[in-house]
Amino acid sequence: MATAAEAHIDVHGHDDHHDHDHEQSFISKYIFSTDHKTIAKQFLITGIIWAVIGAALSAIFRLQLGFPEADLGWLRPLLGKWISPEGTLDPEFYLALVTMHGTIMVFFVLTAGLSGTFSNYLIPLQIGARDMASGFMNMLSYWFFFVSSVIMLISLFIETGPASGGWVVYPPLSALPEAMSGSGLGMTLWLVAMVFFIASSLLGGINYVSTVINLRTKGMTFSRLPLTIWAFFLTAVIGILSFPVLFAAALLLVFDRSFGTSFYLSEIYINGEALPNVGGSPILYQHLFWFLGHPEVYIVLLPALGITSEIIATNSRKPIFGYKAMIISMMGITFLSFIVWAHHMFVSGLNPFLGSIFMFLTLIIAVPSAVKVFNYLTTLWKGNIVFTPAMLFSIGLVSVFISGGITGIFLGNSAIDIQLHDTYFVVAHFHLVMGAASSFGLLAGVYHWFPKMFGRMMDARLGYIHFWLTFIGIYSVFFPMHYIGIAGFPRRYYSFTNFDAFSGFTDLNMFISIAAIATFIGQFIFLFNFFYSIFRGRKAPANPWKSTTLEWTTPRVPGHGNWPGEIPKVYRWAYDYSKPGAEDDFIPQTVPFSQTMESNLPHENDMIALEKEMDAEEIVVHEAKH
Amino acid sequence: MFGFYIALAVFLVVAILLLIFRITRLVNVVKGTGEETTSSSNNMNAVLMIVFMVLFFGLAGWYSWAHFDAYDPPVASEHGELTDKLFWRTMWITGIVFVVTNILLFVFSYKYRYNKNKRALFYPHNNKLEYLWTGVPAIVLTWLVISGWMAWDGIMSEAPEESEQIEIMGYQFAWSIRYGGMDNQVGDYDYRLIDAINTHGVDFSDRANFDDFMSNSLVIPKGKPVLLKIRARDVLHSVFIPHMRVKMDAVPGMPTQFWFVANKTTEEMRVEEGNPDFNYELACTEICGEGHFSMSKIVTVLEPEEYEKWKAEQKSWLSKNPSFMSQVPDNLKELAMVSAGINE
Repeated sequence: MATAAEAHIDVHGHDDHHDHDHEQSFISKYIFSTDHKTIAKQFLITGIIWAVIGAALSAIFRLQLGFPEADLGWLRPLLGKWISPEGTLDPEFYLALVTMHGTIMVFFVLTAGLSGTFSNYLIPLQIGARDMASGFMNMLSYWFFFVSSVIMLISLFIETGPASGGWVVYPPLSALPEAMSGSGLGMTLWLVAMVFFIASSLLGGINYVSTVINLRTKGMTFSRLPLTIWAFFLTAVIGILSFPVLFAAALLLVFDRSFGTSFYLSEIYINGEALPNVGGSPILYQHLFWFLGHPEVYIVLLPALGITSEIIATNSRKPIFGYKAMIISMMGITFLSFIVWAHHMFVSGLNPFLGSIFMFLTLIIAVPSAVKVFNYLTTLWKGNIVFTPAMLFSIGLVSVFISGGITGIFLGNSAIDIQLHDTYFVVAHFHLVMGAASSFGLLAGVYHWFPKMFGRMMDARLGYIHFWLTFIGIYSVFFPMHYIGIAGFPRRYYSFTNFDAFSGFTDLNMFISIAAIATFIGQFIFLFNFFYSIFRGRKAPANPWKSTTLEWTTPRVPGHGNWPGEIPKVYRWAYDYSKPGAEDDFIPQTVPFSQTMESNLPHENDMIALEKEMDAEEIVVHEAKH
Repeated sequence: MFGFYIALAVFLVVAILLLIFRITRLVNVVKGTGEETTSSSNNMNAVLMIVFMVLFFGLAGWYSWAHFDAYDPPVASEHGELTDKLFWRTMWITGIVFVVTNILLFVFSYKYRYNKNKRALFYPHNNKLEYLWTGVPAIVLTWLVISGWMAWDGIMSEAPEESEQIEIMGYQFAWSIRYGGMDNQVGDYDYRLIDAINTHGVDFSDRANFDDFMSNSLVIPKGKPVLLKIRARDVLHSVFIPHMRVKMDAVPGMPTQFWFVANKTTEEMRVEEGNPDFNYELACTEICGEGHFSMSKIVTVLEPEEYEKWKAEQKSWLSKNPSFMSQVPDNLKELAMVSAGINE
């Protein structure tokens, strides 16, 4: 059955090949395209635009935190009435800034920008498929994301301001327009945008899963999949299972806001008036939100870890250490990510017994994460390391993943979390382990696969400068926040002048702000390199990093259908680097064991018989077709 | 005009950078990027790994040591000493892991940098090693979890009978504090009874309310358990007393609580800190709107005798607002007069 299906796709492939040179209209080629490579680039460019907006928002609120006395009047052309006549930032708009920074970075950059780009781009290319299982759904996925982006962008410019209740938008604050002006139209637009976003994410996720399961080329068993594909696959599974819950949370919030229900509201007296709502629970929202919110952390992190695994193996010229352990760790993380959500709620009024359970489960998830780190280190050990910009960012990722992951052990411990909850310690923790690590993964991926995406090379020197600026910058911003957090400074504070306990660290806050703004400006080096190289970069060789995976067997700029002629068959795993006996220090997945007698391990010689069987089967199918 | 000069300067700097970029690129094209340039930049990056590591650990170590007192707030509660101990224990364990793994990362990167005469070691797996580094973290984490769980269980246990009962209510954007009075019982409330004067919505059909009094600051005794009965009137808030290591959300419609024992009076802390103006403070740590950053309240810790004296001096809320006697059911009016300390 499966063979027949594959043969059928093969036929399609041939057809595509025959007319793949024909002129497509501009609209069907670049705008409403169903080609996974174009869609991936659409996600990437939209993600980059969002990243600039999200980072710019953080630069503005860092100005406020680092230089609370400064006259911000010069921002008035941009922010208008949000700058008071005295030149200070409006405190409520400050909250809008942190809220939108969080929403944009988590969802629009690191979910859509990362999974959307690399799952789309790499899944068909690395498993040997002509395209996604459903190109049309894939196109819809991008355009839902686009609609969501437009709505979210509009919400930044409305008179009452965008959503301002923190990226978690806890009710009742987010449910009551009388509680803050951002909870009016801004919050409505936020919810509408998120509904489109969730739809986009589900369309994408279902496509990724079905493509990986159904469209692998001959010989591409699950145990030969590159770790990138494993990561994208598991990420998609997490997304499919958790995003609907966010949808439910958002829907109930819409009901509470607009139709007078009381899912989250109870016993509220506000603006001199007692509201009629009773019986609801704000905690319910927190459960529903974090049931997505925590897996979301892994939705942004796993693809980055997958990308890093691939890049570290390639550039260490070594097989990834513990391929199976890596997969098992990722599966463990996937499973556990669903049963740790309440560690965000230790001091929310949750039953303390539940707190104990979630503390146990949370600290278990540190084990697979630790295994991954040790495996990366062992992969580097006795390697022959080539520092491409992608490799630098991957090494940087491992470092920030360690530094940020370790503080998770404090926060996952409910007794210690009492003091640290909602302080800058948390801000430092998740920005390193999730924000910086995932961004590094995203950047590493762009540097690594740029030659395949655009057929040209990015400038390596600019890449080095970009990496060192960013790496130093990220640590300068987030490492000092640990001190501020241990000192108890709460997050989402407009200023600290109202408290003696939080009056220190003005110098450190200023330092963080300068570092943040410098790091932000440093990203323009990347932007320049990226856009310049699309048009003027040097033409890329077919396999610039001497990599083993299938995408490097396509033409320099793969056309519709990815491979002219037949889809290559796969005979080995993706990590045959520096195999003893082999001539080159890498053997592509498409090279059969029968051609590498000199480097085969004993059990691999047994595979040769199977290879012959596979080829024979192929001939039978071909004959049946004629 | 000043703005124009800045814009001009930025423009010129960017233009110069672009020119440099273009020229080096053309030079490279002419020279051809051979093996040599790649290996020199490869070595450069390898060296930078070590430089970064030294600077990073140097600066982090120096700051952690030199500024310890600035970021380690003194602790003034019994359970706080325990959680601080757990915090620093975790810090030592994870700190070692942090340093060792980061050093390995940077040193490996440097040591095994590309050398065209060498070949990487084909080393795909080693089950023993993998069991080892699955097992060891699991054991260490179990130990941390169990000690954390024991502490948590104690902190979150039922408050002792004799605890001082204090209601703290968050609203946009302040805290309001109500004491149980002589009977040490904070009486019932109903949010529908809230008005401009009766801000807590005190329900005067409950006799426990007659002697309750309000206070502008949170005054608590040293060495005696204090039970904070936490509520919110409009949106979520969170009670945070940094020096007491106390934190608990205030949730509209769902009362929460936190009990603790303060073990240093404000006076003692003033001496210890060498700061005669020191005061404990209470803050909000759950985003609640525009004034989130301004919800401060002074917390005063007194010696138990001083506290009793202070408490005895407080006048009941009902005696200060006698018009609310009309809400007291007729059969309880006499009792209310006595409990509230109203003399006719």
